[in-house]
Amino acid sequence: MAYILKGETGDWEVVIGLEVHAQVSSQAKLFSGSPTAFGADPNSQVSLVDAAMPGMLPVINKFCVEQAVKTGLGLQAQINLHSVFERKNYFYADLPQGYQISQYLYPVVGEGTVVLDMPDGSAREIGVERLHMEQDAGKSMHDQDPKRSMIDLNRAGVCLMEIVSKPDLRSPEEAGIYVRKIRSILRYLGTCDGNMEQGSMRADVNVSVRHPGEEEYRTRAEIKNVNSVRFIMQTIEVEAERQVDVWESGGEVVQETRQFDANKGETRSMRAKEFAHDYRYFPDPDLLPLDLDQAFVDDLAATLPELPDAKKDRFIEHFGLSAYDAGVLVAEKETADFFEEVAEGRDAKLAVNWLTTNLFGHLNAASKSITESPVSAAQMGELLDLMADDTISTRIAKDVFEEMFETSKSAGAIVAEKGLKQITDTGAIEAAVDQAIADNPGQADEVRGGNDKAIGWFVGQVMKATQGKANPQMVNQLLRDKLKG
Amino acid sequence: MTKLNDLTLVEARDGLAAGAFSAVELTEDCIEAMEAARDLNIFITETPEIARERAGEADARRAKGESLGAMDGIPVAIKDLFCTDGVLTTAASHILDGFHPPYESTITQNLRDAGAVMLGKTNLDEFAMGSSNMTSYYGPVTNAWAGANGEDLVPGGSSGGSVTAVAAHVCPGSLGTDTGGSIRQPASLCGVVGMKPTYGRCSRWGTVAFASSLDQAGPFARTVRDSAILLEAMAGHDPKDTTSAPVDVPDFEAAITGNIQGLKVGIPKEYTLDGMPAEIQALWDQGAEWLKGQGAEIKPVSLPHTKYALPAYYIVAPAEASSNLARYDGVRYGLRVDGDSLDEMYANTRGAGFGAEVRRRVMIGTYVLSAGYYDAYYVKAQQVRTKILDEFKQVFEDVDVLLTPTAPNAAFPIGAKMDDPVAMYLNDIFTVPANMAGLPGISVPAGLDADGLPLGLQIVAKPFDEETMFLAADAIERAAEFTAKPKYLGGQ
Repeated sequence: MAYILKGETGDWEVVIGLEVHAQVSSQAKLFSGSPTAFGADPNSQVSLVDAAMPGMLPVINKFCVEQAVKTGLGLQAQINLHSVFERKNYFYADLPQGYQISQYLYPVVGEGTVVLDMPDGSAREIGVERLHMEQDAGKSMHDQDPKRSMIDLNRAGVCLMEIVSKPDLRSPEEAGIYVRKIRSILRYLGTCDGNMEQGSMRADVNVSVRHPGEEEYRTRAEIKNVNSVRFIMQTIEVEAERQVDVWESGGEVVQETRQFDANKGETRSMRAKEFAHDYRYFPDPDLLPLDLDQAFVDDLAATLPELPDAKKDRFIEHFGLSAYDAGVLVAEKETADFFEEVAEGRDAKLAVNWLTTNLFGHLNAASKSITESPVSAAQMGELLDLMADDTISTRIAKDVFEEMFETSKSAGAIVAEKGLKQITDTGAIEAAVDQAIADNPGQADEVRGGNDKAIGWFVGQVMKATQGKANPQMVNQLLRDKLKG
Repeated sequence: MTKLNDLTLVEARDGLAAGAFSAVELTEDCIEAMEAARDLNIFITETPEIARERAGEADARRAKGESLGAMDGIPVAIKDLFCTDGVLTTAASHILDGFHPPYESTITQNLRDAGAVMLGKTNLDEFAMGSSNMTSYYGPVTNAWAGANGEDLVPGGSSGGSVTAVAAHVCPGSLGTDTGGSIRQPASLCGVVGMKPTYGRCSRWGTVAFASSLDQAGPFARTVRDSAILLEAMAGHDPKDTTSAPVDVPDFEAAITGNIQGLKVGIPKEYTLDGMPAEIQALWDQGAEWLKGQGAEIKPVSLPHTKYALPAYYIVAPAEASSNLARYDGVRYGLRVDGDSLDEMYANTRGAGFGAEVRRRVMIGTYVLSAGYYDAYYVKAQQVRTKILDEFKQVFEDVDVLLTPTAPNAAFPIGAKMDDPVAMYLNDIFTVPANMAGLPGISVPAGLDADGLPLGLQIVAKPFDEETMFLAADAIERAAEFTAKPKYLGGQ
């Protein structure tokens, strides 16, 4: 459904483009051998190159190039065999070289496509403009000392991929789905851990508004460095509203860099001085152009894992899942893998239900990820098997699952330990049924008189008498035979 | 008695090998000459302790029969643009005050590994920007050659200290860098051999960068053969420098066979300048005759875009320099002049730390890369560069080497041309094209002007064909029989 802002002068739609900065999962930095681990002591992962000592030269990390190309392939994008590293010149205390090595006119990856799975089951194609590699800057800390700023260069030189979308997104929701989808693809590929809390992924958000039907885009504002999906969606909402207000009050939106203040829920202009850069890009003379051969790209293409879209299609096809369920399951590779292990050779729909209604809910409540699940996929499968062969009923299975989640014990062990095995011996069940009928003549008459609901009551009585272990279908059948037969 | 510092590198090598003297004795004479020549302001930092220690090590190796080769125990002076582990490295700039790098440049490391003895770090134009050594924060170097009336002259630049160390017989060889002529032009002005290798022959790692796509390290020496030996010790592929070429280092000395029979020598007509001193034209013609007399074939050739090389150079080099020098910001090392804000600290530090010529080039470079000017200047200059490269390629299909003058003038008085940067820039008019095309070039002392000042001739060769370049240069050297000596020798 279209996201429309109702203004005084009419409806407004929002036009969004995202620049996602994703840190390449590499051991070493883009142009130096320094490690990239998160959370190390300040300035403990800084080489002479990272600190821009005189005479130091960058040497490209081949692994990072491979990750960028793999990501390009994952975004179904054009891989440019010839690309060029350029210098983006500006002064800042946490930018030791006085320039950032980036790609500008000739990025390593060109146009591609990301498919969004919308909640209504439809798909939206969002264009990717380009992907380029660049160095991250260091970190300035202004709160460590009353007079001085502190600089941590651990991040300086870490390899980022900047994935630039076309201005194809039309709502905060789409933007959120887009970022999640990018993150999902990166994680499937293993090229970025997608960890937004640790800064492995962040986005610059370009927002403009216009009346539906207008051909041209209006002036956009760029909100820098937004570091969670929720904030990306919020910043779009508030920025779009701000722009509508500006236009409707007769003003002009100016092209500028803005900052999102999550506490105040607003965007504000960054001081002109901080962004009025003329970056003076030019090809870095310390680095030769990056020329790849097709075989290098083909070899990487051959190693690509199955990506979410393909996996989703396969889940629909092979397991007969709905598009929605398949979409939910493939979003995280670990979840998809978990599901696949549980579902393979079993009732896939039953598997989906058990995962989505029981396991995911429990994990959520316990703030655990699928990889931290106390119940393994194999154990989950065993639980389904016990239901399938009538060893336990669905109701008992729920109790068993609770126990499994608590203790990580196997379903079989819990059933054996607690004697929960379903009673399927007709004689034993018949005795319990007879007893129930004998004990409740009034209700028995009601059933005989045609009140079918009362059968359910009898089933409950028998189940209670057998501590839930009687096979409910058999109880039901016997009751019907005896009372109505 | 001959002082050992008067020996050529080959003589020193052979004397050491024969046991005629020790590396320590050789080094002591060089140290004495270094101290005696202090008035010339050759060195920013003298390192006699390091020299003695390394000379001692060389002798110890030799005593055990483990000599590292030709350079083992040979004292050399190092341009203070090469970072040297634990030794003050200044680039002759105030902004690198107190900078002691915790690393050794690949070039100086290569020389150390070959057993060479570092005498000290030599003066230069600030960040190698200049053709007279006048822009050094540490003051000018005085040319070992004096003017006709005894006046002090510039040694050229930017490698003014290194060239003078060799010209004044402080040591047999030294290291320079050449971005637009900073080895060859001073060599011409000081009567020594100076050569710039093919771009990529020598690693740039650990050398303070001026203009990355043009900078090359190279040797100064008193003979072509000495230069070949020094280059061999410096050169080689370095995985730490992506622009260093993965090619083998040949035996350069072996290439000097003395036989140039059939060598095709091009004489580019565009190198004839209006107003060029007649004696330079005459020397150039003489050079062609010398080569012809030894069996070479002289061919007039044309390089029509030569006249655009210098203007294009003064766009490309400052553009790269403006970016390369951004790291000198007062944040991590060198000079810091505090300010009330980060921007003010930058302005204070860079304003105080950089001299006028460096500031000029940073401003030119910033300008030509700026939005709206980039295409008109930088892109255009790169197109010119491509054109120049293509023309050289074309010409080198017909000839093996080119013969040109090295500089359009002899050494000039200290202080001259300082008010006219463009006149100063013209000093590099014959040397810059080789940098723009990445070609090897060498200046050989070939004669004297009317005032008795040295003039050099330049041989330019194909990429990675230093061997033919040395061969032709040796032929000039033998024919020229250049024996004139400067006024100041060993500080006398």
